Amino acid sequence: MKYLIAALLCLQFHSISYGQDMMELIKKVKAKLDQVNDYVAEGNMKTDVAFIKAPVGKVKVYYKKPNRFKLKRDGGISILPKGGVTVNMSTLIEGDAFLALAAGDAEVNHVKVKVVKLIPTAQNSDIVLSTLYIDVARLLILKASTTTKENGSFEIEMNYGKYESYGLPDKLNFSFNTKDYKMPKGIALEFDDEEKQTEAEKIRRKKGSVQINYSKYTINQGIAESLFK
Amino acid sequence: MFQLLQIELYKIFRRPRTYISFAAITALIGIIQLGLLRDGTAYVEFMMTNVMQTFSFDGKILNGYLVCYVLLQLLLVHVPLLIALVAADMVSGEANMGTLRLLLTKPFSRTEFLLAKFMASAIYTFLLLVWIAFLALFVSMFMFGTDDMVIQKTNYIVQLPVQDVFWRYTGAFCFAFLAMLTVSALGFFLSLFAENSIGPIVTTMSVIIFFTILSTMSIPLFQKIQPFLFTTHMVNWKEFFDPKVNADNAIIIGSIQKPGRIITSSLVLVAHVVGFVVASIVLFRKKDILS
Amino acid sequence: MIKVSNLTKQYKRNTAVSDLSFTVNQGDVYGFLGQNGAGKSTTIRMLLTLITPTSGNIEIFGMNLQENRTDILRQIGAVVEKPDVYKYLSAYENVSLFARMSGIKVSDKLIKNQLEVVGLADRSKDIVTTFSQGMKQRLGIAIALVHNPKLIILDEPTNGLDPQGIADVRNLILSLSNEMGKTVVVSSHLLSEIEQVASRLLIIDKGKKLVEGSTQELLDPAQTMIELDTADNIAALDKLAQSEWATALQPERNGKLLLKMHKNNIPELHKGLVALDIAVISLQPRHSLEDYFLQITTTNQHVPTFAN
Repeated sequence: MKYLIAALLCLQFHSISYGQDMMELIKKVKAKLDQVNDYVAEGNMKTDVAFIKAPVGKVKVYYKKPNRFKLKRDGGISILPKGGVTVNMSTLIEGDAFLALAAGDAEVNHVKVKVVKLIPTAQNSDIVLSTLYIDVARLLILKASTTTKENGSFEIEMNYGKYESYGLPDKLNFSFNTKDYKMPKGIALEFDDEEKQTEAEKIRRKKGSVQINYSKYTINQGIAESLFK
Repeated sequence: MFQLLQIELYKIFRRPRTYISFAAITALIGIIQLGLLRDGTAYVEFMMTNVMQTFSFDGKILNGYLVCYVLLQLLLVHVPLLIALVAADMVSGEANMGTLRLLLTKPFSRTEFLLAKFMASAIYTFLLLVWIAFLALFVSMFMFGTDDMVIQKTNYIVQLPVQDVFWRYTGAFCFAFLAMLTVSALGFFLSLFAENSIGPIVTTMSVIIFFTILSTMSIPLFQKIQPFLFTTHMVNWKEFFDPKVNADNAIIIGSIQKPGRIITSSLVLVAHVVGFVVASIVLFRKKDILS
Repeated sequence: MIKVSNLTKQYKRNTAVSDLSFTVNQGDVYGFLGQNGAGKSTTIRMLLTLITPTSGNIEIFGMNLQENRTDILRQIGAVVEKPDVYKYLSAYENVSLFARMSGIKVSDKLIKNQLEVVGLADRSKDIVTTFSQGMKQRLGIAIALVHNPKLIILDEPTNGLDPQGIADVRNLILSLSNEMGKTVVVSSHLLSEIEQVASRLLIIDKGKKLVEGSTQELLDPAQTMIELDTADNIAALDKLAQSEWATALQPERNGKLLLKMHKNNIPELHKGLVALDIAVISLQPRHSLEDYFLQITTTNQHVPTFAN
């Protein structure tokens, strides 16, 4: 126990002392992401929200520096959490109006990572706090959890592959909290029975996720502004 | 038998009353379509207020498929009245007009006579549904286009990919035909006992309204009897629009969450139809024609 | 052609037809008489399988009716009570529709011919709603005849018709029988009409047979009905009560007496009244079916008294 406390204290001290290093680390990550001016990505999107039954669908994602982002379903309707998936990694660490604090080491999918807490310094920022889990060796963000003022909190997990060198993930899992959803009966005109929910299920129901598997990126080929309307 | 059926159809389609149903449906669907064409977006937003707070929707939610679903939800409550208008008049109308006694002195058995009449009212029901399908589905598809179909269930939202919708409507319309055939059989059965058509028409509607209220109200006492009411089963066409999901909570194309419900309900409805028709024949064979 | 034995129709409380037996021979115009509610309609409906008998047996064309229902019905044409047809169809369409139901080959010529026979050719395209009662009756008969049946059953065919209409129907029945050799069963409470067409008669009352026989036999010319009016009908009744050869059936509505007696006794009646100083105002023989019917159906042949 003593050792554990000692270790934790040590860790804490260590991280604070390396606050400045964290800023450097973020800059390096950012530099990697900055290679990309724009991209069009194709992939499959799956929405996993307990009260939404949606199909896996093909999507196209458009990005343009600094913070233009658009997700379009390839034919069909897309249902996305508000203000959610549009938050791109580079948007998260855009500019330098934040404080980066080291919060120790951790593991994401068996990969050792540095935990960095970002606190925006700008007054009007929607983001309250972001925690990034960075693979220092590869300069990749493997996981980010963000708390916002308006759009709740969400977590993004990324797996990299072919486009690792650009800092673009092959797989992105975006999880978020959902509000309890209930239809007023009169409008629904449905007679279906309400199944009894267990407590655990109720909690599970409040979590949702959107998963995108990218199959192809077209990077820095230029994108018309009109696409983002 | 075929000749009798031909004659019955001829009689049905020579009566002005028959076309009231077709006109009523055309007007009703037309007005709803025009309303949705004008203010449909507001309607969808109103319907989905709750979920739109958390989620943003991108795409044509108000498309022909959704419009058809909205129309069916509204219409299938009222169509029984139009069915009853003809079915509940099949025998009582002849009694009222005085033609029943003449008909029954013709060289056909009463069973043949009743079967021909019931088949004629079934064909009328079928044509009415074809007309509804044409207006509600095809005209809506033409007016609003097609896209994925996003519908709200009590506890969840379902998004059906555009290519996975049409067959569901085919199934739903077949099921709706069965449901309406049950109404038709009930009206037909009741029409044996009256010498004017108002009585059976009103009785048919009353039974359906009464049972529907029992089917809809979530009171424990009612819930116990709900599985035994045919009106509970009549609304199960909606099951066609509830797909299964896989382990990742993604819907499986071409699947139905509770196919058992559709099968059970279909069987219950078929049993009702057969029951009403057989009961009609048994009673009618013995009946003294005094009209 | 028709053989009915021990036919009974029992409803919950009342017996509509009780143990009725009669026979209709080929070529007969068979008059079926009775007051309203006597059981005529019930019997006719049983002949047409509209009502199931409680007991008894019906044979038509030598076949059991229940076992050979469709074969028998194919050769019967009927008008039951009012000649109701599809009001929203034209005369032509109605005849054509029922002809098809009778299982015959329908041609335009056949339908037009039939409408011609009943005098509706010029109205064949008109919707039935526009027809008078008489025209509907004729249309009903056209429908009954269109498939050329062997047996024609007409239930109250003159109901609601004007005198011309009644005469038309009478002539039609006569021509069906005389010219086309059909067997006709015709029911009515209008006895004077039946008398002129029926070759045989069945009279029923309260569901029971009163009498059956040929019109000629039943209307025995020797036994006759006398309508008597005197200056003092009460005294005349006294005189009649003492006599054995005359029966006073009932006072007529207009205050006259109706008597049944043998023709030969008429002079004696007259003599007797004169002897008693009762002035005879009128003495008229009546031998219509109506009087005959009245004679049989007045069960208590009491000597009535005058109200005034």
